[in-house]
Amino acid sequence: MLILLFILIPLVGGLITLLLPASKASYTAIGISLLQFVVSLLTYTVYVKQLPGFDLHWNVNWIPSLGARFSLGLDNGDSLALMMLMLNALVFPIIFVSLLNKQPERKNVFYGLMLLAQAGLSGVFLAKDALLFYVCWEAALIPVYFLSSLYGGPRRIPVTFKFFVYTFAGSLLMLVAILLIYQQTPIHSFDWDSFVSVGRSMPASSQNWIFWLMFVAFAIKMPIFPFHTWQPDAYEESATPVTIVLSAIMVKMGLFAVVRWLMPVLPLGCERWMDWVTLLSVISIVYASCLALVQTNIKRIIAYSSIAHIGLMCAAIFSHQLIGMQGAAIQMFNHGIIITGMWLLVAIVENRLHTQDIREMGGIAKLSPWFTVSLVVASLANIGFQMTNGFVGEFMMFNGLFKSTSPYHIVFTVFAGTGIIVGAAYTLNMIQKVAYGDVKANTSSFTELSINEKIGMGIILLLIVVLGFYPKLLMDLIYVDQVFQP
Amino acid sequence: MIQVAWLVPLFPLLGFLITGLGRNKLGALSGWIASFAVLASFLVSLGIFLEVQHLHGEGEEGTGASIIVPVYEYINSGTMTAQISFQIDALSSLFLLVITGIGFLIHIYSISYMSHDDGYGKFFAYLNLFIFSMLLLVMGANYVLMFVGWEGVGLCSYLLIGFWYKNTEYTNAAKKAFVMNRIGDLGFLIGILMLFSKFNTLNFTDLQAAISSGQISVGYLTAVALCFFIGATGKSAQIPLFTWLPDAMAGPTPVSALIHAATMVTAGIYMITRSHFIYTLAPVAQQVILIIGLATALIAATIATMQNDIKKVLAYSTVSQLGFMFMALGAGAYVAAVFHVVTHAFFKALLFLGSGSVIHAMGGEQDIRKMGGLKSSMKITYLTFLIGCVAIAGIPPLSGFFSKDEILMSVFKLGQYGKIFWVLGMLTALMTAYYMFRLLFVTFHGEFRGTADQKHHLHESPALMTIPLVILALLSAFGGMLGLPSITGTPHLLEEFLEPVLKTSLVAHPMVNALSHSAELTLMGLAVIIAVIGISMGWFYYKKYNADSEPKGLAKMAQDKWYFDEIYHAIIVKPLLVLSKLMERWIEKSGIDALVNGVGKLIQASGDRLRYLQSGLVGFYLFMMVLGIILLFALQIWIL
Repeated sequence: MLILLFILIPLVGGLITLLLPASKASYTAIGISLLQFVVSLLTYTVYVKQLPGFDLHWNVNWIPSLGARFSLGLDNGDSLALMMLMLNALVFPIIFVSLLNKQPERKNVFYGLMLLAQAGLSGVFLAKDALLFYVCWEAALIPVYFLSSLYGGPRRIPVTFKFFVYTFAGSLLMLVAILLIYQQTPIHSFDWDSFVSVGRSMPASSQNWIFWLMFVAFAIKMPIFPFHTWQPDAYEESATPVTIVLSAIMVKMGLFAVVRWLMPVLPLGCERWMDWVTLLSVISIVYASCLALVQTNIKRIIAYSSIAHIGLMCAAIFSHQLIGMQGAAIQMFNHGIIITGMWLLVAIVENRLHTQDIREMGGIAKLSPWFTVSLVVASLANIGFQMTNGFVGEFMMFNGLFKSTSPYHIVFTVFAGTGIIVGAAYTLNMIQKVAYGDVKANTSSFTELSINEKIGMGIILLLIVVLGFYPKLLMDLIYVDQVFQP
Repeated sequence: MIQVAWLVPLFPLLGFLITGLGRNKLGALSGWIASFAVLASFLVSLGIFLEVQHLHGEGEEGTGASIIVPVYEYINSGTMTAQISFQIDALSSLFLLVITGIGFLIHIYSISYMSHDDGYGKFFAYLNLFIFSMLLLVMGANYVLMFVGWEGVGLCSYLLIGFWYKNTEYTNAAKKAFVMNRIGDLGFLIGILMLFSKFNTLNFTDLQAAISSGQISVGYLTAVALCFFIGATGKSAQIPLFTWLPDAMAGPTPVSALIHAATMVTAGIYMITRSHFIYTLAPVAQQVILIIGLATALIAATIATMQNDIKKVLAYSTVSQLGFMFMALGAGAYVAAVFHVVTHAFFKALLFLGSGSVIHAMGGEQDIRKMGGLKSSMKITYLTFLIGCVAIAGIPPLSGFFSKDEILMSVFKLGQYGKIFWVLGMLTALMTAYYMFRLLFVTFHGEFRGTADQKHHLHESPALMTIPLVILALLSAFGGMLGLPSITGTPHLLEEFLEPVLKTSLVAHPMVNALSHSAELTLMGLAVIIAVIGISMGWFYYKKYNADSEPKGLAKMAQDKWYFDEIYHAIIVKPLLVLSKLMERWIEKSGIDALVNGVGKLIQASGDRLRYLQSGLVGFYLFMMVLGIILLFALQIWIL
């Protein structure tokens, strides 16, 4: 019953916010998201005690004629799901607080839709029924479609259309795959357990092609090359809070789905295509890093850097090495924190300078030390710098990649490693263009961060440093792990 | 003291936090807070150093000579464990002394040097962070922690080189330093990955035990050793990754002293010495190191002879001296390498701080062609600078002579090519003496060539700056006592001290030829003669320097740094940018995007056509439904 709270709080909260007058929306949203955070934090503290009986679930009949059940679950093996829930619960209040001094129009619509997206995301991470998973997946996307087409830049309509085409195509493939497996289940069930047992008993020849139906759906979401071109456009054109939801949490849905719904269900397919997927991931890393190097729009730089990082996570998961998957899990959480920080900084710049072009920025270091320190710390974390939370996960992922049994593991590791170098180049370039140099005419009015921005940024920086020096807080979650072992 | 070794990095960390958070409120105080943080570390290090010496008597066997001080669990995932734990032994305790000792002098010096800078508080915060990172690097008991410190110093150098961030040239230099270091870091990382995938541990002591037991092929170890060496070429500025170090001069001068003497560039030497158990089993890698070290020493020396910026001369001299240290490592003479690290730290810190004193007096001027005759108005700076020059040139009994001699001697003894390497090393030594005294004469002798205004302002620096100079001059003069050659009949203190750590690697190199005492004396004599010739050449050409003619031919190429930067730009940076632009245009925009948009348009267009299917005729709908079901069945039979 308790587990329902994860969905009910943002769902009901979101609906209430939608109906409220605009003036009350922002604080209501903050309150609701904080409530969600407290519930998650309590769950975390109980979970890390590793009580053997830890098992939250809610399992009732949903569509009896199809055998679909409303089944949510979180037990001892679901540490990745818990991490994602924590991230989901952490990012929203930070967004809302940082947004206070620069509110969007029609606040109730905005905050309401945001909370509905959060509810959908919670469902994705908790669903133990394939059909429910599919519904939540869509339910998380729908508010985002609305948010991106209502708020954002001038090209938002065609960009949202492209986003829609991509994700719709992906969802369709996933649905087909789910139905195919469903038909094989003896008692017609969408239940995770029966999916796993049916999927595994399938001959390799079937697994090999059903794999691609699912994988393409998830790869679009992550995204990795060549399914990624919706992402830079969507990140650029969406309002920054929406971009945060997309890049911090929503893209993790793809990786999460691979770990929960693809690897355990189709192990032979995953093994068969392991090298190919790793190849695509490594191409993602190199390709996106190179493209980030030549961007002048700050949002596109961060968008491409995000593709590169997701590529590494995907490669690490498909290394089939436990250490790589653990690293990916840690990184999925940490990347969410870091990228939220990066987008908050972008929002701060954009609100003050009304441009996204780094060539029109400069000299901010003199005017706003808070901004500059935050930018440097978050950027360093973003490129996996030691002493920040970006390092440990990346280090473990590289270890996994190198340990992989693939005959090409050395080549993959070396090419993935070039991302480290190019990443440093474009990141430092961005810092230099944005913050250093002389103050320009349009940057001279750059004001120091407001109190709510300082709070939002401060929490991010604190997490970056604390989790960087003391990763045990996350290590404890993945230490005993059944979830990664299909 | 050893059990509280964690205090050593803790003090600078606290110093960093205090001066960093209070940088706007502390004012002049922050310099003193930062200095005392490092002083406290130094005192603890001294205590550790003294205790480590006692350790020798007790722990004779293998790794008994080092003590591991655990702090807390860093990574523990069941698949990998890495503690934050410090390894205290002779090697690390010696480096601790150098880092904190010289670091402290540089801090004190900076209080005066940076007193008029806007970023005074920030500067000291960065300096403390720098010391902290370097201490982590040196004290870490596993490669993970070493890697953490390794990147940490990279970051601090980035922050300090670009300290005056308004100047785009400076921030470019900072960027270059960081990116070039990251190229090396990738090598280091891959080396670590290789070790972990084979041994499932990254602790030095465990690895040493496992590798020494001979479980692993020489080829694999050679690959690891070479990967680590790539890392070292980045941090310690060797070919091909050395070009960042001269540009790093953009930072305030005390930073240069810190980077070149106490921290950062010695990291590569330390890392390879720490990994001696790998290198000793990988002779091919050692030969690569020897050759790269020699080439770097030689090439950097040629460039140094043609530079006119006081700090650039010193920078290339550092690159060249680091080359010497790598030659020693390549020859398996770890003690000689560490010895040269120590003496070099003394005289290079001295020379950089001395140059800072000159720049300070000249109102920021760094071009030696616009100086001259400074010795009369800056007596202490001149005398200490002179001592530094004599020390680096290799005149006995100053420190540089002994360490450099030990390196050249160990190279001479190596196999069939040893003598060739030795000759080239001697040539480098000749150039070293020449360019250092050229620098000295042009700067301090002859007529003053600056503006009248500058001449009016010429002054000796305040005591806070000159006292560190004097201390460093004394160390440069007498530091050689640490490692007197065996023919003097006195013990080699450093070798005795480091022996327990390096024991397994100090057994005679298989290719080493023994050398008689008389031969050794002859070589020493030759070394002195070479140094004197170099100094005389400097004296002959530059005692009354007035104006150089523009260099031509080879000299011009040396002055332009043999075009390394231009070549890198043309073959790496430019193509990468062009390729990236092309990828964006042809793959991203005209390729994938066009395809997706095309599909989108197709769907829209077919939607227009498909409207006709929605005819409203129930019969047609039923027909479509049946068709669909048949299709589904067919699909199922056919595929599944």
